[in-house]
Amino acid sequence: MSAAVSRIREPLIMGNKNYHQITEDLIGPTEKAPNRMWIIAFTLSVMTFGYGAFSLCWTFYFGIGTWNANRTIGWAYDITNFVWWIGIGHAGTLISAILLLFRQRWRTGVNRAAEAMTIFAVMCAGIFPATHTGRPWFDFFMFPYPNTRGPLWVNFDSPLLWDLFAISTYFTVSLLFWYTGLVPDLASVRDRAKGVRKKIYAFFSMGWTGKAKHWQRHEYLSLILAGISTPLVLSVHTIVSFDFATSVIPGWHTTIFPPYFVAGAVFSGFAMVQTLMIITRKCFGLEGYITVNHIESMNKVILVTGTMVGSAYLIELFVAWYSGYIYEQFAFYNRVLGPYYWAYIGMMGCNLLSPQVFWIKKVRRSVWWTFFISIFVNIGMWFERFVIIATTLARDYLPSSWSYYWPSWVEIGIYVGTFGLFFTLYLVFARVAPVVAAAEVKAILKQYGDQYLGADAKPHHHHHDDETEEIHQEGDGH
Amino acid sequence: MKGQHKEVLFGLYNDEEVLMSAIRKANKQHLDIMDVYSPFPIHGLDPLLGLEESRLHVVGFIFGMLGTLTALIGISWIFGGSLMFEGDWPTIFGGKPYWSLPAFIPIIFELTVLFCAIGMTVVFYIICGLGFGVNNPILDDRITDDKFCLAFQTSDLETSAVDNLKGFFKSTGAEEVHTRTI
Repeated sequence: MSAAVSRIREPLIMGNKNYHQITEDLIGPTEKAPNRMWIIAFTLSVMTFGYGAFSLCWTFYFGIGTWNANRTIGWAYDITNFVWWIGIGHAGTLISAILLLFRQRWRTGVNRAAEAMTIFAVMCAGIFPATHTGRPWFDFFMFPYPNTRGPLWVNFDSPLLWDLFAISTYFTVSLLFWYTGLVPDLASVRDRAKGVRKKIYAFFSMGWTGKAKHWQRHEYLSLILAGISTPLVLSVHTIVSFDFATSVIPGWHTTIFPPYFVAGAVFSGFAMVQTLMIITRKCFGLEGYITVNHIESMNKVILVTGTMVGSAYLIELFVAWYSGYIYEQFAFYNRVLGPYYWAYIGMMGCNLLSPQVFWIKKVRRSVWWTFFISIFVNIGMWFERFVIIATTLARDYLPSSWSYYWPSWVEIGIYVGTFGLFFTLYLVFARVAPVVAAAEVKAILKQYGDQYLGADAKPHHHHHDDETEEIHQEGDGH
Repeated sequence: MKGQHKEVLFGLYNDEEVLMSAIRKANKQHLDIMDVYSPFPIHGLDPLLGLEESRLHVVGFIFGMLGTLTALIGISWIFGGSLMFEGDWPTIFGGKPYWSLPAFIPIIFELTVLFCAIGMTVVFYIICGLGFGVNNPILDDRITDDKFCLAFQTSDLETSAVDNLKGFFKSTGAEEVHTRTI
């Protein structure tokens, strides 16, 4: 039987590809010498990371006092950046897990890079709380292990400890999921490579042969990992929101936080995927695999989650007023009209208003619009975390301790450095491994290739059908 | 079985659907298929090869439960206050009881997922005989590219039977037929 021909479903693989062409297009980039653009980008990333490493060393040497975080605003720039990076780290697993369960085939074009992005973003995020402790060389105290300090155990009732467990689990599971998906593609690279390269890829592809039973188990494993990652990804940002929601600070102590944080995380994660994928598809010539249809699908997710987040902002304001509780009312009055009003405007403008342009189909399908809006969303989501964290603490119960916070050059250096780390890792990844899951794209080719779907489809004229016939004739002839 | 050399006769097909019809034909002729190798998972292949459903989900469940118990027993042993444990170092936080299950649920959940994922993945690699540095024999380099491979073991077969298989490959549309010792 041939694949079903539909003119309604949009094709996800453009350019009349066949299996071999997919291998050439997706595995090929790992075999070429890096181009000038990559080298420039890599050099810049490493330099930026170097500056971040310098700022970190400065912090470790002179102490947290080099930061502007103070007694009132104890959680400031670092925790803002932590939550921001963790949020970005949500799209990868969402794409690979939830979209796998929902059988959204467009995930195959973007899941590999999005998962890589998740892992790198979580690594960047981890730097902030690890440094925030002040003595990062004692960070292992956070894990419950038999010790000689009492034994003094960690506080299992604290959301901060839950966070440690949630993020470590999330990182580990995402890494396993990503790498397991990567193994068949690394085997493809291995089988095309020669010499030392072949040996290296043979080591990392774990002896994959493409045996039927292995594929069966591989699919099972992916499906179950997707199944358990789905509640996991929702739990991670829920627990991050508990860090705030279980406190008694007005503006933080809200039950709306878990769904609002998760929606915000998905929102910012997809925006970062868009930013990266638009650059990646351009640099590697992957327009046939990461199509405008993919971009449009992701824009729809951005529109939905952006509107959810925007509604949450408005509901927060309403509930603060409706509660009749003056401290809550003041907290929100202060957010909107206080000393950090500019951050609130940035948050509302970028998160609630900017994605609304995606109601227009033309905009949703425009690469340039998408790129700009994705940057706006990234900025807006950073403002959101800053608004929640710093502006709330700047005006607490005691007016004598009110203050204003602005990051020091060391704090900015660490944040900028995480971008360096993130892009360094991403660029290395894009060089050594296929950025699009080749095996998965091949598996959906006959359902979503443009020769089978959409305006260019050729019904009643399938390649393989013709081939079968020819082969049969040939076979009979012998 | 390890260390023994096997003679393998295999045909390479260009399309998974041609391969599938070849397997159907082989089943009809009661040919003993050694294995099928493909660049991606082919749906509907498992029943043709008589492969049982994977039981990896059972492994996942067992490891998940192990994680649940580890977290529950671990925290209970440390904080005490429950019926079974008096507590290694009971501590009151925020006026909550020593053993406050709602507060333990996030960690119990995370460890369930963590154990399940690690256990299942490790078992997957072990039962498949895969792992870092493992070098399994590869019949053809293009199997991870665009070739679909159907293999027969021919070590114990007579020449006539091997010729019969070669004829089978030709009649079912194999592009190439090769022999290898693995």
